[in-house]
Amino acid sequence: MVVAWVLMAALFSVSWFVNRERTLEAARLAWSLFREVLPMFVIVLVFTSLSLGLISEEVLLELLVGRGLLVGSVTGAVAGSIAAIPSSVAFPLSAILLDKNVPYTVIAAFTTTLMMVGVVTFPLEREYLGFRAALVRNLAGLAMALVVSVAIGCFFGELP
Amino acid sequence: MSGKRSSLPFWVVLFLAFAAFVALSSALHFEPGTRCGVDFLAFARTMAGLLPPTFLLVGLFHSWVKRETVEKHMGRESGVQGYFWAIVLAGTIVGGLFVALPLCLVLQKKGASMKVILTFLNASMICRIPMTVFEASFLGVGFTIVRFAVSIPLLILIAWGMSSWLGGGFRISEP
Repeated sequence: MVVAWVLMAALFSVSWFVNRERTLEAARLAWSLFREVLPMFVIVLVFTSLSLGLISEEVLLELLVGRGLLVGSVTGAVAGSIAAIPSSVAFPLSAILLDKNVPYTVIAAFTTTLMMVGVVTFPLEREYLGFRAALVRNLAGLAMALVVSVAIGCFFGELP
Repeated sequence: MSGKRSSLPFWVVLFLAFAAFVALSSALHFEPGTRCGVDFLAFARTMAGLLPPTFLLVGLFHSWVKRETVEKHMGRESGVQGYFWAIVLAGTIVGGLFVALPLCLVLQKKGASMKVILTFLNASMICRIPMTVFEASFLGVGFTIVRFAVSIPLLILIAWGMSSWLGGGFRISEP
């Protein structure tokens, strides 16, 4: 957290000295981006708190944590392929899950498929690439998610 | 959304209802309800610490890096440079597929090879800088570095494999 603040402060000071107008524009942009995602943010936070508080955490996280890395990662990958949420909401949500002991391996499967595989956006993709190419690209994304998860798992010592 | 002037947006109503539920729970000593409130506050505190610098960094990125500047390099450069610019251009994308797919068409008209176009398309999903800022802030820089190190070679590999499988006659079509 400290790193993000220090980096932001450093870059903002540099930007301020080089060009004040652009720096102000950056602040305005940041504010309008924030305003855009705020509703979705509140909705996701409320539902996450409600489900974690009312249904017991063990039940809810059973598939992600309790049944081993393989089941967890497959669940994460399925959720990531179907869900269509912006990264400004998805990563904070991932941080919450991480805090609830969901392994990095599972988080990586979720975030990578969220980026690379889109069931919801598939019709759009098909219009440009055609059915075959769009399908293969999404499947390749799924394969990539698998490799990334394994790499992340090894890096954080969750996999041997 | 276009309803009466007095109607509140859904998220505000949801938040107020949630706050009321937590307040009532704590008054009635309904433990699961209070726990929701405690969880929410903990999440909100984490977000409050990380969201301002993250959004400001993303704002800085947008005000300094203009997509059009990078786009100029595409199509003309070939070989390794083509891939390099494909990934850099992808980094500047905002709005995901809705922006990236039409840009693929633009690149095709400029004469970029299918390998470069597909590299760009895949990179636009996993190398977007604003997204990466969020990832690094919330999951740590280590996570981001490992993911990049693994996925950049993979996305070029996928682009190579796909374009040779699709053959030379493959074109991205206007929707």
